[in-house]
Amino acid sequence: MSVAGSISSSARKGPIARALERFTINRIALVGLVILLCIVTAVLTYPLWWSYTPNQIDLRALNKGPSSAHWFGTDGVGRDVLARLMQGGRVSLLVAVTSVAISTVIGFLIGALSSFGGRVVDGAVMRFVDLAMTLPPVIFLLVLASIAGTGILPTILVISLLSWPVLSRMVRARLLELRERDFVVAARGMGAGLGHLLFRHGLPNCIDILVVYATLQIANAILLEAGLSFLGLGIAPPEASWGNMLNAARSTVVLEQYVWQWMFPGAALVLTVLAINFVGDGLRDAFDPRSDLH
Amino acid sequence: MREPLLSVRGLTKHFTSSGFSHGPVVRALDDISFEVPRGKVVGLVGESGSGKTTIGRSVLRLIEPTAGQIVFDGVDLTKLSASEMRRQRRRLQYIFQDPFGSLSPRMTIGQILMEGLDIQRIGSRAERGARAKKALQEVDLPADAFVRYPHEFSGGQRQRIGIARALVLEPELIVADEPVSALDVSIQAQIVNLLRSLQSRLGLTMLFISHDLAVVEYICDTVIVLYLGRIMEIAPSEVLYSDPRHPYTRALLSAIPSPEIGKASARQILKGDIPSPANPPSGCVFRTRCPHAIDQCAKTVPPLEEVAPGHVKACIRHDISG
Repeated sequence: MSVAGSISSSARKGPIARALERFTINRIALVGLVILLCIVTAVLTYPLWWSYTPNQIDLRALNKGPSSAHWFGTDGVGRDVLARLMQGGRVSLLVAVTSVAISTVIGFLIGALSSFGGRVVDGAVMRFVDLAMTLPPVIFLLVLASIAGTGILPTILVISLLSWPVLSRMVRARLLELRERDFVVAARGMGAGLGHLLFRHGLPNCIDILVVYATLQIANAILLEAGLSFLGLGIAPPEASWGNMLNAARSTVVLEQYVWQWMFPGAALVLTVLAINFVGDGLRDAFDPRSDLH
Repeated sequence: MREPLLSVRGLTKHFTSSGFSHGPVVRALDDISFEVPRGKVVGLVGESGSGKTTIGRSVLRLIEPTAGQIVFDGVDLTKLSASEMRRQRRRLQYIFQDPFGSLSPRMTIGQILMEGLDIQRIGSRAERGARAKKALQEVDLPADAFVRYPHEFSGGQRQRIGIARALVLEPELIVADEPVSALDVSIQAQIVNLLRSLQSRLGLTMLFISHDLAVVEYICDTVIVLYLGRIMEIAPSEVLYSDPRHPYTRALLSAIPSPEIGKASARQILKGDIPSPANPPSGCVFRTRCPHAIDQCAKTVPPLEEVAPGHVKACIRHDISG
């Protein structure tokens, strides 16, 4: 008993606790996490510390550069760029997080159905996934967006419908392997149904794939949203998003003379995507089974 | 004599390859029939690929048999619907060979032990915990193992946990699939003794799969010798070891190392490997390696013949003797 009691505290933790412990010693990932937290906090709390609202027009300040009144300047109709940047961040992050959550659920369920549904279901579902993956994404996006229209909900819908196939493949591969493992056979031997197998064994053993995929996919979704909005198919003005703020840079005058109008949303986009990627890479390393060895 | 707890009749399993190309049919099991009486331990021995595990898993319907009946306590399990089978499953449990793969790395020992009770919806939460703790006690593990994860335990301890998991549902039949062959020899003895004492104390009926003849002799009442998916010989274990009748059994027994120094046993070395079950020999499947094979062996499949009460063999050569 005394031997058992002296097992170090790190050995007593579960696999997820140990992965998080590895994450916290990854410096780049922590920097990413801190940057991300700052951005999210700023975006969520901006009405508390910034007096302008995103659609408030100041007719005395059209296309004005950064000043003490408007830190990031104003745009062509006198709206405050900082306020729009913060509101745009809310929209961009909301769209990205929601659509990734939806596509993660779809991807997991499709992958689970495919791997546990038997040979015929698996074949049918995977051919459907093949089809979904062969569609050229940009054209698919444009068609979907033109059917669904513009606005936050259609944009979420379009992005979620586009990004699940890769995940469902990864989940399927993991679950196919898992299905033959002895502890899953044991659960079947005790009379476990599909629900038990999927949510007590399948989900916990896919959590690493899901977390890493979701994190990296958020960065992707932000870029997709920006792309759609830039093309005028995502978030429509006057609602702000980082993508449709960048749209202003299509005008040569803005591009050359009113740098602050596109540089700040561009910088916010790059910074956020980079930070999320750092966090995602850190999580991937933390969940890597080989890192258990040291 | 009461009817046996488990009676397997004509169990056959053929694996067909999937897809459009029709590959060879692998005849993993052919017409296997045997009985496991209540409270007894029946051993299944044979080389790798002889179909031991396939039988074990078919009995629990973890593999669907191609043909045959598995009569458990008067009920043919192969005819049950999925939900009826689910209710029966608490009465049949399985112990796995690999103590590392058989426990989920993401669940604590307590969760692992209570899983069966959760699935079968037995008792309240507190009762499930109590039953799991009792099972932990039965296999001589400390109670504080309950909140730990499998990676904190050694192979032998994990195998005890695997046994506790099988016991927690209080099953009537346990299929133990090579429960000691992945362990060190010193640990093997502990686990075998544990299984034996549990078996006699709880009155368990067990189907014990192994390729280790010494272990089988120690724990089993009856031994079934398998070769290439067919039964070669069935005998009470004391008879099998003293008076084997099938040439294959003799070859297997002669391969057991003797602890006596200087006593060179007349070892019978079998030539070649076990043939592919996708293309088994005609007639008697053992004839390609049998030192006593005659032409007749290739022509007929030898039937199981009783040579003494409870002792059957599948060999047409009655004239040979040890």
